[in-house]
Amino acid sequence: MGKLTEIRWHGRGGQGAKTVALLLGDAALSEGKYIQAFPEYGPERTGAPVQSFNRISDEPITLHCHVKNPDVVVVLDPTLIGPVDITAGLSPDGVVIINTNQPASELKSKLNLNGRKLYTLDASTIAVETIGRNIPNTPMLGALAKVTGILSYETLMEDTKKKLEKKFRNKPEVIEGNLKAIERAYSEVKGDE
Amino acid sequence: MAKVLDDAAKAAQGKATKRALTGNEAVALAMRQINPDVVAAYPITPATEIVQIFSTYVADGLVNTEFVAVESEHSAMSATLGASAAGARAMTGTSSQGLALMWEMLYICAGLRLPVVMPVVNRALSAPINIHGDHSDTMGARDAGWIQIFSENSQEAYDNLIQAIRIAEHPEILLPTMVTMDGFIISHAMEVVEIQSDEDVRKFLGTYKPERTVLDIDRPITMGGLDFTDYYFEHRRSIAEPMINAKQYILEVAAEFEQKFGRKYGLFEEYKMEDADYAIVVLGSTAGTAKIAVDELRAQGVKAGMLKIRVFRPFPYEEIAEAIAKCKAVAVMDRSDGLAGRGGPVFGEVRNAICDMEKKPITVDYVYGLGGRDIDVEMIKSVYSDLQRIAATGDKALVTYLGVRD
Amino acid sequence: MANIKELSKLEERFSSGHRACSGCTAPLVVRMLMMAAGETPVVVGSATGCLEVVTTIFPYTAWKTPFIHSAFENSAATVSGVETAYRSLKKQGKYEDKDVRFVALGGDGGTYDIGFQSLSGAMERGHNMVYVCYNNEAYMNTGIQRSSATPKFGETTTSPVGSVEPGKKQFPKNLTKIMAAHGIPYVAQGIPSMWNDLITKFQKALNCGGPAFVNVLAPCRLGWAFPSEKAIQIGRDAVDTCVWPLYEVVNGEYKITYKPKEKKPVEHYLKQQTRYRHLFKPGGEKAIEEIQKWVDSEWEKLKRLAGEE
Repeated sequence: MGKLTEIRWHGRGGQGAKTVALLLGDAALSEGKYIQAFPEYGPERTGAPVQSFNRISDEPITLHCHVKNPDVVVVLDPTLIGPVDITAGLSPDGVVIINTNQPASELKSKLNLNGRKLYTLDASTIAVETIGRNIPNTPMLGALAKVTGILSYETLMEDTKKKLEKKFRNKPEVIEGNLKAIERAYSEVKGDE
Repeated sequence: MAKVLDDAAKAAQGKATKRALTGNEAVALAMRQINPDVVAAYPITPATEIVQIFSTYVADGLVNTEFVAVESEHSAMSATLGASAAGARAMTGTSSQGLALMWEMLYICAGLRLPVVMPVVNRALSAPINIHGDHSDTMGARDAGWIQIFSENSQEAYDNLIQAIRIAEHPEILLPTMVTMDGFIISHAMEVVEIQSDEDVRKFLGTYKPERTVLDIDRPITMGGLDFTDYYFEHRRSIAEPMINAKQYILEVAAEFEQKFGRKYGLFEEYKMEDADYAIVVLGSTAGTAKIAVDELRAQGVKAGMLKIRVFRPFPYEEIAEAIAKCKAVAVMDRSDGLAGRGGPVFGEVRNAICDMEKKPITVDYVYGLGGRDIDVEMIKSVYSDLQRIAATGDKALVTYLGVRD
Repeated sequence: MANIKELSKLEERFSSGHRACSGCTAPLVVRMLMMAAGETPVVVGSATGCLEVVTTIFPYTAWKTPFIHSAFENSAATVSGVETAYRSLKKQGKYEDKDVRFVALGGDGGTYDIGFQSLSGAMERGHNMVYVCYNNEAYMNTGIQRSSATPKFGETTTSPVGSVEPGKKQFPKNLTKIMAAHGIPYVAQGIPSMWNDLITKFQKALNCGGPAFVNVLAPCRLGWAFPSEKAIQIGRDAVDTCVWPLYEVVNGEYKITYKPKEKKPVEHYLKQQTRYRHLFKPGGEKAIEEIQKWVDSEWEKLKRLAGEE
């Protein structure tokens, strides 16, 4: 299982942390990968900090324990930085991707990065401008695909479209907005250098 | 729902498809393909989604099933039993407290020889109330006369449920069958599952034609009568017989399943057991994690192996004894506790299996993962290092609580 | 209205030779029920209890119609499963086109108490079945323990009369009205002593096209303690004192089906039963008075519901 990638999503209840893990899993499957997607279940309700997880590999995945040392941490809500130790267990060459409108240099001091890479994207603004609501998970999925290369741009666009077409048959603007969000995320996600 | 409908459409076309599904989705989908005549169920976390998804199939006319949303699990099993007695292919699904509430009816369902099939999402029993995965619920029902099949992942849950119909309805068995998967760890985790086509599944299942039913007006039967001391013992003994003989038919069904769909099943799975000195015996999702531990230890030259029990009832005593006979030390992993200082129920069965062997491995028990407590690769590796030390020194703790704070 | 000449021509689907006590009225309830069905097929389910125990001792059965028993508290749920299977199989063309009726039986223990949830659920779900409670006002099968159908001051082995306790301390709950509140098409109270009234009610219940509930008072010579030949007479007295009024609720409309010409005092009914003997010792008058007041008040309430006042 050499190519196993483990991802941890941080969000607040209602922001779609679980959904985005499922979306990523589904999209990775369509590239022929083996996947797992699972949320952490507790008494969390809307607004409370929540986590969800992905495992993605070229080979079948048999692990059924928690993800303790993720390769990628994605933060859907910047207000979690501080209250939640978002870099906990992050692997030595892991990366962090944060939804924020602050420059990476300002955030860096608040995070225990130890040389690991930080990427930022103003996903909330993108979501509001493209989808019309602050649902940062789709653009953050785009940022993740760009930063990690775990998913090709084409696959992501195609899979998202396919999925949304079923749910929003009568709302083409929602589909279009989401695709636009991914597209912008791809070009706007920034590294800390 | 859209996603599952998509599965329905694809699977109907006659090809096997790879889908990303949670355990609950995979099981609900299997139920759609089984297309039971009657489903009676009551919601309970973490099994709720199964009936929720299934009721959308009913609402959309994708199944012929009459769905009964009963007012309790006791009534769920009662109505399912009634439907089965009437000659219907009848199913329900539950977990934890729901299974506990069904307890009385589990025994009666088996006693009446009704081939009800039920997915069970394993969850801890109260108190304290806890919604996460352990095996206390199913283990408590182990002597109810139900065939019990454990699944490691969503794929196995799907495959086992389909096979369970054939097993339960086998004319030489006719016993209710439960198929389990671990709560949340499998029920709510999305994984890749290969789904067979509706047509193939239905061909594999065939139709259910019971010998006698309570809808047979012209040949009326009295079902569930009273036995005094003169007959009860014989009737109960006659339930043990098909259970004892079930192993061979379970293997026959598995062989046919493999031939049709390519996935192999036995009474248990042996992982690197051929030359293993140190082995663990485990059920459910932990087996997958244990495989990684075995691989890592093998890479270090440790002769580690793992035996994953699939069929817990009927328990494959002789077969398991033979499989672990040559090991130096074996750890049984129990995800439920007997609360009596001698480990959990799996330990008791394994010790029973090897008790008469002249040369047998040292056996110890690890009670772990209660209430969904995580078990990772390192913890499992620590069990193997215990086994190595025990084999070398003979110094052992009979029962260890693994991963609990003192 | 049932015609006794016609009924007598029907083949009995409940045979003699069962092991009920002499003078037991539960078998009468069943025979009248089967007569009411005429030649229509009936599948019967029963809760654990006297009737089930005395009719199904292996290898014998008193049932010449399909019968299922599974447990005590789930007669309604079990039969709801059978009925659902019938609908499913019929819909799919897997069952020959017979028009079948479904009946769930239970004593008052299996109906008022332990089986109450199962009954309520099945009725709410609208299964096409008739639930018949043969109500002998205590757990007779296990040796006369009180149930929520046991009348106030009735002596049972768990509501014994002692130096400080007067027998059961509560009035029975009115299950018939509770079932009427479920909004099902047909609910009734009957008694085998009034055979024509009861068979007519069973006929209506079996043909109402939805869930029906019939509460039948079944005098028990053992638990109530009276000579076995008095069972029918005591039932008459229960009706004539208005202790057990006969009425039906058809689609929510209450209708009293029998009004005694002259309402007898409850004392007349009570004094024939040993379970009330303590009321006829010095000091028992107040209790009898209390029962009379309660019976009068319930009767008045019922008359108002039936629009008779």
